[in-house]
Amino acid sequence: MAAATPQVSLRATGSLRRRRIVNKIMEGVGTAAALLAVAVLVVVTVSVAVRAAPALSWDFLTQPPNLFGGPGGGISSAIIGSALIVGMATALALPVGVLIAIYLTEFAPRAVAAPIQLALDVLNGLPTIVVGIFVYGILVIGHLQSAYAGAVALSIVMLPLVSRAAQETLLLVPSALREASLALGVSRWRTVVGVILPTTFGGIMTGAVLAVARAAGETAPLLFTCSIFSPDVSTDVTKALPNIPVLIFTYSEQPDPALHEQAWGAALVLMVFVLVASLGAKALLARSRRKLGR
Amino acid sequence: MMNDNVTIPVDVAPVEIAQERGAPETAQREVVFDVRDLGVHYGSTTAISGVNLEIYRNLITAMIGPSGCGKSTFIRCLNRMNDLVPSARVTGNLMYRGQDIYGEGVDPVAVRRQIGMVFQRPNPFPKSIYDNVAWGPRVLGLKKRLDERVEKALRGAALWEEVKDRLKRSALSLSGGQQQRLCIARAIAIEPDVLLLDEPASALDPIATAAIEELMHDLKRDYTIVIVTHNMQQAARVADMTAFFSLEVDESHRSGVLVEYDNTDRLFTNPSDKRTEDYVTGRFG
Amino acid sequence: MITAVAAFGSVFLLGWIVWKVINLAWPAIDKYGLAFITEDTWDPVKRTFGALPFIYGTAVSSLIALVIATPLAIGIALWLTELAPRGVRGIVGSLVEVLAAIPSVVLGLWGILVLGPFLAQHLEPWLHEHLGFIPIFGPPSPTGTGLFTAGLILTIMVVPIVASICRELFLQVPNELEEGALALGSTRWEMVRGVILPATRTGIAAAIILGLGRALGEAIAVTQVIGGGTQISSNIFGPSDTLASKIAASYQGADPIEQSSLLYLAAILLVIGLIANFGAQIIVRRFDPLRDAH
Repeated sequence: MAAATPQVSLRATGSLRRRRIVNKIMEGVGTAAALLAVAVLVVVTVSVAVRAAPALSWDFLTQPPNLFGGPGGGISSAIIGSALIVGMATALALPVGVLIAIYLTEFAPRAVAAPIQLALDVLNGLPTIVVGIFVYGILVIGHLQSAYAGAVALSIVMLPLVSRAAQETLLLVPSALREASLALGVSRWRTVVGVILPTTFGGIMTGAVLAVARAAGETAPLLFTCSIFSPDVSTDVTKALPNIPVLIFTYSEQPDPALHEQAWGAALVLMVFVLVASLGAKALLARSRRKLGR
Repeated sequence: MMNDNVTIPVDVAPVEIAQERGAPETAQREVVFDVRDLGVHYGSTTAISGVNLEIYRNLITAMIGPSGCGKSTFIRCLNRMNDLVPSARVTGNLMYRGQDIYGEGVDPVAVRRQIGMVFQRPNPFPKSIYDNVAWGPRVLGLKKRLDERVEKALRGAALWEEVKDRLKRSALSLSGGQQQRLCIARAIAIEPDVLLLDEPASALDPIATAAIEELMHDLKRDYTIVIVTHNMQQAARVADMTAFFSLEVDESHRSGVLVEYDNTDRLFTNPSDKRTEDYVTGRFG
Repeated sequence: MITAVAAFGSVFLLGWIVWKVINLAWPAIDKYGLAFITEDTWDPVKRTFGALPFIYGTAVSSLIALVIATPLAIGIALWLTELAPRGVRGIVGSLVEVLAAIPSVVLGLWGILVLGPFLAQHLEPWLHEHLGFIPIFGPPSPTGTGLFTAGLILTIMVVPIVASICRELFLQVPNELEEGALALGSTRWEMVRGVILPATRTGIAAAIILGLGRALGEAIAVTQVIGGGTQISSNIFGPSDTLASKIAASYQGADPIEQSSLLYLAAILLVIGLIANFGAQIIVRRFDPLRDAH
């Protein structure tokens, strides 16, 4: 090398300037994409809120729809119906999902856990209308639609979600805890029930809440199992009960603007429920993760 | 170029190793880095402060000292890698060949083009060996005679003979020592001016370490080398100049400081500062 | 061990669903055979039924969604992991996830009553006027319902899924690889293009397929906005139907023969959905260039 090397510029010149410009452009593209996503969210939320406003009233939430589908009336029957259907679905999906999660994290050998996990992941992605048709095939054909058929359909949709959330929570439990219990001679099963489950209770509950938030908005599974109903307030789960998603769907397909207004109102109620549940659950999940020290 | 006969003197005191070297002539040497009163702060914590030294061309300059006294922080200022830490603030003056590295309008990308870095743990890209070395030149637009450039870099890193028949294989199939030499090849493929080595051999076994050290003697012909090491013997073996960092703690603050900077043999055989003497004779740290 | 029963039960459930849906479709499969898949007429009056128009609708609406959603989602994920200022990162990330939580029936309602009119009055005429020489941009839809609208609604659903998977992927790229690239004097974008994207390309592919699975299976929002056509046409503004949306739209009030044809559609949808889901899962499990990097 020469005794004194020539000066090299540390500024952006020539080809570096070009590369810098490309860099800036791509940064702009990324920012634009993020802004677009937020903008869409804001637009949709504001649309729903603005158009739902005229429909909202105390009556709206506490009265059933008008007898002949005219203006006035509310969605109380649908709220009650949804609560019952989703409640039953949770009662089915939660215990089964937790049991599956326990098996996969505590007992299953790797070769067995893998295909089961695969099946659950595939189940998670199945078109929900196909799930509805399945339940229609096993529970509705030969009988009538019912709220409990709808619940079964929703529970199938919820199952992989509950299972995954429970698994993640179980995996957060430090293995030192398990080992300490087993070292004391406590059986595997007792360890799970007595030591591990109590610490994961919060995480599993928040997973359940997330699954509920998802299930509350599902329409397709209910189309074939719980969509033909009378608008009266009822709690008879052997019959099809009105529910929020199908109500929104049905009203949205009608030309009557009064029904559209009610659809917006119901949509707002549903969105508020789903968002509060989702965000609340995620915040709780983050907190329980911090508590377990991970 | 893997020399199986290299013995690693682990019990020999750095003093004795250093005595075998001569003193480099720094008076006529070009100053590559001129550091004046450099300080680095992360938020309200001070990592290093008041660092003054000059780094000379085509010499190997080592930074030694106990853990946590800011050696890596210092070296990362030289190629503006500290920019990647959001809370980092640099004070003082850092001149590279007469230009202020942190000056107005200076592009860190241009800085890093001249001042390359090899990290503590080898970090090859999950690509082929060839693509790892070729990546830098391609990004810079140096696409002509790429094959030659890659070969030259791999030879410069003493790796060519071992990989010339498997350039298309994944870089991750190499051993740790080979991966680190690949990272060196990757760095020199873009022909920088300076090479910063942040504890390059600390994750390697003794034989791989010896290979890297031998490599450095050859590399200093073409590059100015600054190396951080926690291994005193290594500094004594390879470095022409050595800087000793230590931690200074008083009631109001603690920060890393440069205690002494001198020819390696003088630093180890006849240190001017008592702290240096304590460290190199093993009395602490 | 009841946990094992629950776990194996979920695999059994998946199998049962597949079996039952095909079983329900069997009368039509038996009657029409595989020619059903290539038959392009669906006419209940003439008793001719074929799946091709709906396979076409499914393919085109999903394609529109993927083409728009993929770059958007990758851009959002990159922005969240590389560009966003620390404080904003979490908020925008949560907002994107909230987008995923919007129930599809609400998006469909918004699609009919807000997006549709906007498209009909502004975007579609503009596209037809300026790009009408390309057959896909034919005459605009008067109501704003159609294949294009469905594609846009599906885009809104797919973006959060792909974005959150990609975000996880990008976060997993070791910091040392990023530093290594930057230390060679590359710009941030060059580092992203040269190191992050190639290292995560398999995961990105899987994310896209998962998004595709979501788009394929969506029945409700699509049926609300797609306009219910049975013709194959190159004009994306025209009415159409997908496999899922046709089933949702026509099931009530269909006579037994049409019903069994709809069930045949469901079986086809199931098979496509399974292929997409299994495909995504297997890609994730098999090919991962980053796996050896640790």
